[in-house]
Amino acid sequence: MLASISIWDILDWGGTKWLFLVLALVMPLASLLTWAERRQSAMMQDRLGPNRANIGPIKLKGILHFVADALKMIFKEDFVPANVHKGLFTLAPLLALAPVLIAFCIIPFGPTIYPHVLAHGIATHVDPLALAQNPAAPDFIDSIRLQIFSIDYGLIFYFAVLTLANYGGTIAGWASYNKWALLGGLRSSSQMMSYEVAMGLSLMPIFLAFGTLEPGALVDMQGSNPVNWGLLSWSALPGGALFTIGAFLLFFTAAIAETKRAPFDIPEGEPEIIGYFVEYSGMRWGIFFLAEFIEVVFISAVVATVFFGGWQVPFLDVDGFRFGGELTQVTDIMGHVHNVTVGGSILPLPHLAVVLFQFGAFGLKVVLLCWFQLAVRWTLPRFRADQLMKLGWKLLLPLALANIMITALVKLIFMGA
Amino acid sequence: MSAAHDHHDEAPKTAGPVVLATHTSSAGKTVRSLRVARPEPHDANFLVAAAKGLGITLKHFAKNFFLPMRSKEARAKLGAPESISGNEIETVQYPDEKVTYPERFRGLHRLMLRDDGAVRCVACMCCPTVCPAHCITIIPEESDSKGIEKRPAVFEIDELRCVVCGLCVEACPCDAIRMDTGVHATPVEDRGDAIETKESMLARGIKSVAKQGGEGPTWRTTAPVPPSDKR
Repeated sequence: MLASISIWDILDWGGTKWLFLVLALVMPLASLLTWAERRQSAMMQDRLGPNRANIGPIKLKGILHFVADALKMIFKEDFVPANVHKGLFTLAPLLALAPVLIAFCIIPFGPTIYPHVLAHGIATHVDPLALAQNPAAPDFIDSIRLQIFSIDYGLIFYFAVLTLANYGGTIAGWASYNKWALLGGLRSSSQMMSYEVAMGLSLMPIFLAFGTLEPGALVDMQGSNPVNWGLLSWSALPGGALFTIGAFLLFFTAAIAETKRAPFDIPEGEPEIIGYFVEYSGMRWGIFFLAEFIEVVFISAVVATVFFGGWQVPFLDVDGFRFGGELTQVTDIMGHVHNVTVGGSILPLPHLAVVLFQFGAFGLKVVLLCWFQLAVRWTLPRFRADQLMKLGWKLLLPLALANIMITALVKLIFMGA
Repeated sequence: MSAAHDHHDEAPKTAGPVVLATHTSSAGKTVRSLRVARPEPHDANFLVAAAKGLGITLKHFAKNFFLPMRSKEARAKLGAPESISGNEIETVQYPDEKVTYPERFRGLHRLMLRDDGAVRCVACMCCPTVCPAHCITIIPEESDSKGIEKRPAVFEIDELRCVVCGLCVEACPCDAIRMDTGVHATPVEDRGDAIETKESMLARGIKSVAKQGGEGPTWRTTAPVPPSDKR
């Protein structure tokens, strides 16, 4: 049994991919965001921001501040107030962090890699027709899918798991034995409940368009033509782009509210109650902070996957850049039908280059969306608690519901049931 | 703020709430209260306002992000100030860049010297009397100079208590104490180190051009008039 495990099996194993995704991509990006947020907000306000942390002459515009911050938080006194519930107090930061890291399992963060094609020499192309006809051919076996879980209920899984992150805040507020922390925890719960509904419902038009909840399949179906990406996926229908762009705005708003950052930082409420982590210090507090930034990265990843074509690069197919071409249906030896674009003018690229392009494209999309979230956070003033509830229940929820109804109706009329 | 900054930060003339009523207070004509019509939250168009706000902040971001990539000449053409960071950021990078203090900046005290190098102070006790923070300690002793009765044996100022008001300089009748060094109080590790002594303040001192000891030119053109109503 053991002998039959090859290096490809290990590389394609979920644990390996999760470790790579979290340790090599998500954590560094989230840590960098702690610096980027301060630097970006400074630039938006004609200030300079942190730019002095250095190791000897290496300054990197102050990027090393995140190292300094981490060191500071690790070496700070690990203070636990006298009357807290010790177990829950310790558990809460982990409860806030873990669900977000688990939720990353559903994100397709790159294309499928065919190692044997690479082994033939890095200049080898992947023939899309051959791939579609026989995915089990010797060239294409042992493929590494850059997604940890391909489960049919992928996005539902994300909603379910990210809800658990809320327990971190609530339990922190309760375990802290502090009125303000408890208020923050309660606010966090109420906000989560209000916006989760709108967040889930606002994605429905996209599901109606693609007929799947599996993020990997969503990205495959969006294809390399930006016109088919989630944001514009209904654009062939009259007024269709309105529904998907509306869905994007609703989802993005609700998702920013889920990250509990300004303008939705009611649970934290710096000017009033400081929030559910008021009794936390040092690295325990740092974990809450990091979890918030990881949520920012995660929201960006979801938005990129659902609305912006995931890892797809405009006009880059598996064998290179293709302009024009025709969609043909190919039945593989298993009987599954695949849509493959053939013909057109093509600029062939080796498999390695295609993989790197697409992997980089996903990273770029995520970074840009993170950047945009930071820009929103530093532009808009925060809501009052009642305004927040009003926006969630009276505006986002009805709009999301209406969007589903109209989208479903349009689909029924123009595409048939 | 530089001139290049101002053009898009100005509020448009038409913006702002509509004034419903103006009431002039009985306290004076300059004190007025306005009753304004503010849009109710459900009337306000958040989406447009948010987009507008994002436009402003992103414009600033883009300028500060891309300006350092331009050449020095291009930056000068755009009217950007010359700073280390190379953009329109107003932050002064303190240890590397320093702003010059204004001429009347009140810095650390110093004690002025007479022509012969002795301290000008005659220990008249005007400055410890006027000092609102009671931070000046003077212990006088007899002076051996001709025509001068006293001089300070001890002259100490506790810079931690000093409120830098400058009243001691105003009160001094003989230009013996000044705050024109342009140096601000340095951080110390021990409270005692923050006390300026006669020696340390004399070390910063210079010779004053003012005359001392009643030998100066008279400024009176007429004989002094005796006070008319003595009680």
